[in-house]
Amino acid sequence: MLWACIKLPHLAMDGILRRRPTEGPLVLIDGPINARTIVSANETARAAGLHVGQRLSAAQALLSQFEAIPYDRESVERWLHFLAAVAYRYSSEVSLLPHAIVLEVSKSMGLFGPWPRLESMLRADFTDLGFRHRMAAAPTAHAAHVLTTVSDGQAVLSVDNLRNALQRVPIAKSRLPASAIAALPSMGIRTLGQVLALPRDGLRRRFGAELLASLDRLTGDLPSGLELYRPPDTFDLRIELLHEVENQSALIFPVRRMVDDLAAYLAGRDGGVQRFLLRLEHREGRFTDVPVGLLASERDGALLFEFARGRLEHVTLPEPVLALRLIARDLPAFVPAGRDLFDERPANTLPIEQVRERLRARLGDGAVYRLGSTQDPRPERAQREATHDEVPIEPHPRPTWLLPRPIPLRGGNPIILAGPERLETGWWDGGEVCRDYYVIETSLGQEAWAFCAPDEQAGWMIHGWFA
Amino acid sequence: MNAVVPLSTLLDARQVWRGRAHEVSVGDQPTGWCALDAVLPAGGWPEASLSEILLPVGGVGELRLVLPTLARLTQGQRNVVIVSPPYAPCVAGWRQQGVDMRRVEFVDAGEKDVLWATEQCLGSGSCAAVLAWPHHADDRALRRLQVAAVTGQALAFVFRDRSHLSNASPAALRLELEAPPRPQIWVRKCRGGAVPAQAIPLPRSVH
Repeated sequence: MLWACIKLPHLAMDGILRRRPTEGPLVLIDGPINARTIVSANETARAAGLHVGQRLSAAQALLSQFEAIPYDRESVERWLHFLAAVAYRYSSEVSLLPHAIVLEVSKSMGLFGPWPRLESMLRADFTDLGFRHRMAAAPTAHAAHVLTTVSDGQAVLSVDNLRNALQRVPIAKSRLPASAIAALPSMGIRTLGQVLALPRDGLRRRFGAELLASLDRLTGDLPSGLELYRPPDTFDLRIELLHEVENQSALIFPVRRMVDDLAAYLAGRDGGVQRFLLRLEHREGRFTDVPVGLLASERDGALLFEFARGRLEHVTLPEPVLALRLIARDLPAFVPAGRDLFDERPANTLPIEQVRERLRARLGDGAVYRLGSTQDPRPERAQREATHDEVPIEPHPRPTWLLPRPIPLRGGNPIILAGPERLETGWWDGGEVCRDYYVIETSLGQEAWAFCAPDEQAGWMIHGWFA
Repeated sequence: MNAVVPLSTLLDARQVWRGRAHEVSVGDQPTGWCALDAVLPAGGWPEASLSEILLPVGGVGELRLVLPTLARLTQGQRNVVIVSPPYAPCVAGWRQQGVDMRRVEFVDAGEKDVLWATEQCLGSGSCAAVLAWPHHADDRALRRLQVAAVTGQALAFVFRDRSHLSNASPAALRLELEAPPRPQIWVRKCRGGAVPAQAIPLPRSVH
């Protein structure tokens, strides 16, 4: 067993910063209304002398201009679950700890390579998503978690080295029960190594069984007892905008972030998305839905963003937008398109399916189509979109352009080049047709496909051109 | 200026550089019309380039000109895109000409989006040919299409009104169709070769 732990010390702050990059001082505050304290501060705020644990009133005395945002436990929880879904890509055993994610990686290394490579992949993923983190690996989940609180990048790959690595961890950072952390230093015991060396009987008598159990979980003598994370089957992400947005272009940046998150989530569950919904929330619970439907399931962030953007540009905002929500319920398996090894096409080729998606995104869902023949002989119904019937090729002459509606022939008498071909059908469905079709040459010399009433050869109606 | 030097000595001494167009490589995009292939410098459509076809009015043989090419490309499992045609295509007629309709995409684009859609398809590299009927295409727009055709190694066909003939065009090939009663093709510009003085008759379809 090898557990990796990803500690996210600035989860709440990063969650806010990735939505609204700001240079100015920014702090998160929490606590009762008359005793607000700072629970997180960004770099600019810290440089100005603000620090965690400071009273808001003291901070206001120090610095006249800074942003203070209430600490939102729910959103922290949401981000933690989202990141667990991202980590799920690397392992099926992912668990959540406070402000940390642990995952079992010994089996994943067969696929992703040895720990250093896997570590760099995990780090790249989290850095791309904009979350600062510390990482460690150890044979037990709790030991990995403890190691991240002490240092970053430590890897203990075997059980034999585990006790050694834990020796010097100070008691204050050992994540043992709170009563032990408070009492042990006053007994002169300052590191985990010293605790582990103490006789178990005495420890049980002084601190109860709880301390021994946590020590055993740390060293692996007891199973970790963590509940495994299960990724949700739908993706639902909501972000509130800072101010009311009346212009679509101001929505592009947050939408890009959301779609990238969706792509990360999809990569985690090795799935794709075929249909998702962008909900623009207005005041008083009203909202505008922008559905994005694709022909096949996709999961590339840049592509999904392009399609979403295309749909969004066509929307007129009836009123200002307060919040955005991205909902994806239809998450089919993703099947990457097969490519030939010896493909002769240019290197940066975009597959035809993606070209179609791109056109649909801007021109509308019905703007790109293929036509096929049907069994019906009537010209108006002889072709339809997206049919794949095996219809034999028509033996009689057919034009290449078809007029949407037949038009009367003007000018002198035409020359008949071929015909007649009688079409008499459709009496059963109300579209009855009884016509003689001819290929004619008009007085201007154009070749047309025209019909007239049976056996009349007058009152010509042009139905198509032999262009 | 008393010493008269014959031009040939200058040329032989390589003191005078003769501007000469690049050799046009013979491509493998025959038009399907032998008489037309014979006069075109590339032996067919200029490869990965824009071809402009100028018409007096729609329906005078423009499809007859390009359908053999579309048939050849679609039967070779290549994709062809038709952007905002002026009329509905008649599937039965196209199939009679040998076109595999499963490989033909039709795109309905508004007046403003025709050029955009054409450029996207050309530049993607997954379309063998793109046919477009733009209403308002200026010199710059056509040049963009030409660049996109080179990027995506595709044949671009643009059908326009004959009134644009007097304007310069960046297209590698410009053909003008003459309406019946004497349907024929005039080559108005062909990159890499002299413009033939004679028109080429455009045979009628056989019924």
